[in-house]
Amino acid sequence: MWYHKPVINEELLQSLPNLKIVANSGVGIDHLDLKLLSSYGVKLSNTPFIVSTDTADMGMALMLASSRRLVEGYQMAVSPDTEYFPADWLGDELSGATLGIVGMGTIGYKVAERAKAFEMKILYHNRNQRNKDEERAVGAIYCKKIDDLLQRSDFVLLSVNLTPQTHKLIGKRELELMKPTATLINISRGLVVDQDALVEALQNKVIKAAALDVTYPEPLPRDHPLLKLKNVIITPHIGSATKKTRRLMMENMIESIQAGLTGLPIPNEVL
Amino acid sequence: MSKKVQAIYLWWHKPVIDQELLQSLPNLKVIANSGVRMDHLDLKLVASFGVKMANAPRAVSSSTADTGMALLLASARRLVEGYHIAISSRMEYCEADFLGVEVTGATLGIIGMGRIGYKIALRAKAFEMNILYHNRTRRKEQEEQAVGAAYCEKMDGLLQQADFVMVVVSLTPQTHKLIGKRELELMKPTATLINISRGAVIDQEALVTALQSGVIRAAALDVTYPEPLPRDHALLKLKNVVITPHLGIKTHKATYMITEEAVENILAALNDLPIPSEVLPS
Repeated sequence: MWYHKPVINEELLQSLPNLKIVANSGVGIDHLDLKLLSSYGVKLSNTPFIVSTDTADMGMALMLASSRRLVEGYQMAVSPDTEYFPADWLGDELSGATLGIVGMGTIGYKVAERAKAFEMKILYHNRNQRNKDEERAVGAIYCKKIDDLLQRSDFVLLSVNLTPQTHKLIGKRELELMKPTATLINISRGLVVDQDALVEALQNKVIKAAALDVTYPEPLPRDHPLLKLKNVIITPHIGSATKKTRRLMMENMIESIQAGLTGLPIPNEVL
Repeated sequence: MSKKVQAIYLWWHKPVIDQELLQSLPNLKVIANSGVRMDHLDLKLVASFGVKMANAPRAVSSSTADTGMALLLASARRLVEGYHIAISSRMEYCEADFLGVEVTGATLGIIGMGRIGYKIALRAKAFEMNILYHNRTRRKEQEEQAVGAAYCEKMDGLLQQADFVMVVVSLTPQTHKLIGKRELELMKPTATLINISRGAVIDQEALVTALQSGVIRAAALDVTYPEPLPRDHALLKLKNVVITPHLGIKTHKATYMITEEAVENILAALNDLPIPSEVLPS
């Protein structure tokens, strides 16, 4: 299964009586009805850990591109109208700034490891606090309340799973708690953010900017306001889009499929 | 008025310091440069007028290192291309075809391991990159170990092994066109060249040819020669090139810190005290 296709519904499952396993590429399974699959005796696998470093790298890429105005800068550098580079055209420094990570799972933690090397101060919010050694290794401070993190961060990075609890986790209220100089980075799922609230917040300078690798839907309709805002960078869900990782994902999926077909324990089974 | 001028704070290479200017300012004591590079100044000429010079090395290293990493990541993951696809009016593109190259675990070759090069190594280490470096002089063992960097006495060795080549040298007669046809051909065809030093360190024509014929995969340039490039320059049209308008140190924080350093230098010079970041003609 790649890019959520084919759509797994009752009709499809009924038409495939010998279906044993669905192997999903990537880690997110929010697009699948687990109960439905299980009721047809069909097993499910994903590729959880392979995507972590690429996705963390993408989070850093977006954070750097946004703070230093890389995309705008590129456009200036290649525009036919450019005659000189203005001396007062400035971005914001990443080094020494405060990063708030919402969702400190495998990916969130890898972002913290990377951000630490940029001398960033790291705050995090998670369902459970990480242990002291893990926190110390990246210099991360736990924020039991997400509000605390939102108020103190210069960059807020979302790396949660999409679940009923994280649906629209970041809405009008959360955006208003953020600093007006803050940037929101989303590498999880579009639905974690209330997109309409985000558009308003960006238009009214409630927050400074956003960088999104994920939206809802993907791609956005061509007339969506997010596509027109100058202070937004959008990328087409390329968090795990590297040659090496895709090959590894395929290998993992084939392993899972082979195990599923021969009745052996399935690596990366989702229960 | 010109007799009153005792100090010049040079911002972005202006004003141009030439014989005429120096002659017209008899009481000039010091020129404080914003930034660290001094290749736009004739150090011997300035010294011959008894004028001292200073740069601002401390303030620039983190911002420039960040710029280097921003370009490396943007190029590897095809961020700019991806952005244009995401916002383009055409809906169709083939998701499965759009792939970048991995950064984590890749080999980074740093040419020029000064303050900025070292900060890049610190950042790259956190991405689990394998780090090689080439420098006029070798760094101390502890410094190498702290970032896991291996010294390449010959630049060729670095060029042949690196997935990403980051150029972080000063522009001198020795580093002019340091990276030319020969060096580009030594690089892997899957490699990316990143330049955050000076445009003239790279032979631009050779780079265009190398990019057009797939000798290297891509380039990310924060600096070119000249800046900006003529609007019809071949580099502006290549899909596998990211060019940025000399972002280097262009952040509010760095600008503030550079100015603070410059003021420190100027006040020291005017009070005949040792200048913290004095630059002497070599």
